[in-house]
Amino acid sequence: MATEFHNLQELRQSPSLATKVFIQRDYSEGTVCRFQIKFPSELGSRIERTLFEDTVKTLNTYYAEAEKVGGQSYMEGCLACATAYFIFFCMETRYEKVLKKISGYIQEQNEKIYAPRGLLLTDPVERGMRVIEVSVFEDRGSSGSSPSSNVSSGISQR
Amino acid sequence: MSAVMIARKVRKWEKLPGKNSFCCDGRVMMARQKGVFYLTVFLIVGTCSLFFAFECPYLATHLSPAIPVFAIVLFLFVMAMLLRTSFSDPGVLPRALPEEATFIEMEIEAANGNVPAGQRPPPRIRNVQINGQIVKLKYCHTCKIFRPPRASHCSICDNCVDRFDHHCPWVGNCVGKRNYRYFYLFTLSLSLLTIYIFTFAIVHVVMRSVDSGFVKTLQDTPGTVLEVLVCFFTLWSVVGLTGFHSYLISLNQTTNEDIKGSWSGKNRLQNPYSHKNIVKNCCEVLCGPAYPSVLDRRGLTQDDLPVPASTAAQSNPVPQTTKTTAPLIPNEHTPDDAKSSIADSAISHAEKGSPSPKKEKPPTPAKVPPLASPETDVEASIIIAKEKAL
Repeated sequence: MATEFHNLQELRQSPSLATKVFIQRDYSEGTVCRFQIKFPSELGSRIERTLFEDTVKTLNTYYAEAEKVGGQSYMEGCLACATAYFIFFCMETRYEKVLKKISGYIQEQNEKIYAPRGLLLTDPVERGMRVIEVSVFEDRGSSGSSPSSNVSSGISQR
Repeated sequence: MSAVMIARKVRKWEKLPGKNSFCCDGRVMMARQKGVFYLTVFLIVGTCSLFFAFECPYLATHLSPAIPVFAIVLFLFVMAMLLRTSFSDPGVLPRALPEEATFIEMEIEAANGNVPAGQRPPPRIRNVQINGQIVKLKYCHTCKIFRPPRASHCSICDNCVDRFDHHCPWVGNCVGKRNYRYFYLFTLSLSLLTIYIFTFAIVHVVMRSVDSGFVKTLQDTPGTVLEVLVCFFTLWSVVGLTGFHSYLISLNQTTNEDIKGSWSGKNRLQNPYSHKNIVKNCCEVLCGPAYPSVLDRRGLTQDDLPVPASTAAQSNPVPQTTKTTAPLIPNEHTPDDAKSSIADSAISHAEKGSPSPKKEKPPTPAKVPPLASPETDVEASIIIAKEKAL
């Protein structure tokens, strides 16, 4: 009865999630999308610094490519303006294409590098391009001390 | 015994906080007060209709048929720009989810140290250096984030908007990073259209008066008077506004920054975003990349997932008003098999090899979601949850 559903909901709450770490934006070069390449201390024991920094640097490169104001963006802008921007109904913008590449890259990184270490990267586009969220799952092998943090079904708590 | 659960597709726009109103199942996003926007549409369509009805037949025959053709093209462009400005996401920043908000709070407390009892804690400000200039980022208590540079919270829409320019009641929406160029093109093309109609209305009256006299002309084409009046008053405001925004674009400033005097030169603060070159500034603002929306309006919320998850999880390829690239938020509950399997493997690796007992299943909601609000997409999908015991 009710207890069955209660347990299913508890299962959804995944008690093995220990904490989440948020990599902030780096605004030193203006409002372009760029994340800080600062290795957070909470990840110290879980992943090698170079691997993590490489991931963030690659993401930064992708975003720089998407936001580059150059020949291609002018062409896209002028063509779109000439068609009163109706062409955006038919065509994907360059930014969207790069976002798809980023999504694929993050998935690949999660599969190859982060998941085996009990970590999970969230695509920044799902956090408003504000942060890279890194979910850290409890390492049951060592003495896990941190209680489960409050839950990721916080989407419904807005 | 089996419990019958009714779940319907709930798209994320229905759960978005803020005071926006949505139409067409989340494709259109505007402010709540739309009265002035309807007035704008009425004025433009009305004046142009009068022009096409009264002036164009005469001018097409007596001057050139290109005149009404160009007027139609210009009118269509103005309407397209207006609707794009009004209906698109201006660059709303989604609010922080609870974990992020908590993380930021902890950082703030760590930075402030111990505040003696009775004293107010210091204001929540983060200093960043942008192109050698210190810029203060303010904390938004509503959205629970430190606002990115140039972002501001619109109190009318109750959202933080990136590169916030202003809230325009005439277009019924905020003007921000994503729709600023459409707004500018709207004011520019509307200026041209107003000047065009005004000029040719006068030309028409003059030409016709030569043949039939001034009074008879006005009697034959009464719409002309109305057009001239509307255009005359519109000219001053719209042309002025276009000029003002041209000035702002050349300096790479927003209206918000201009009003606040952020870069007016006091305290030797200069605009760190300007390229110090008018052409470069214009190119960046008008020819920069088309930023996609980070609000996944048409995605499905994770509470109510219909049984055929794969088709529902795909969003439409409408780039401007929807976020085509957004998968569902990859918490532990996405229907996306790849992501759930990654999460599973992350959990299982963390648990050192023991097979994960917490296999992801399509969640069966324990609560019945509210039904039948008029704007929502009510599609009842019936999920039957059978209890193990029976």
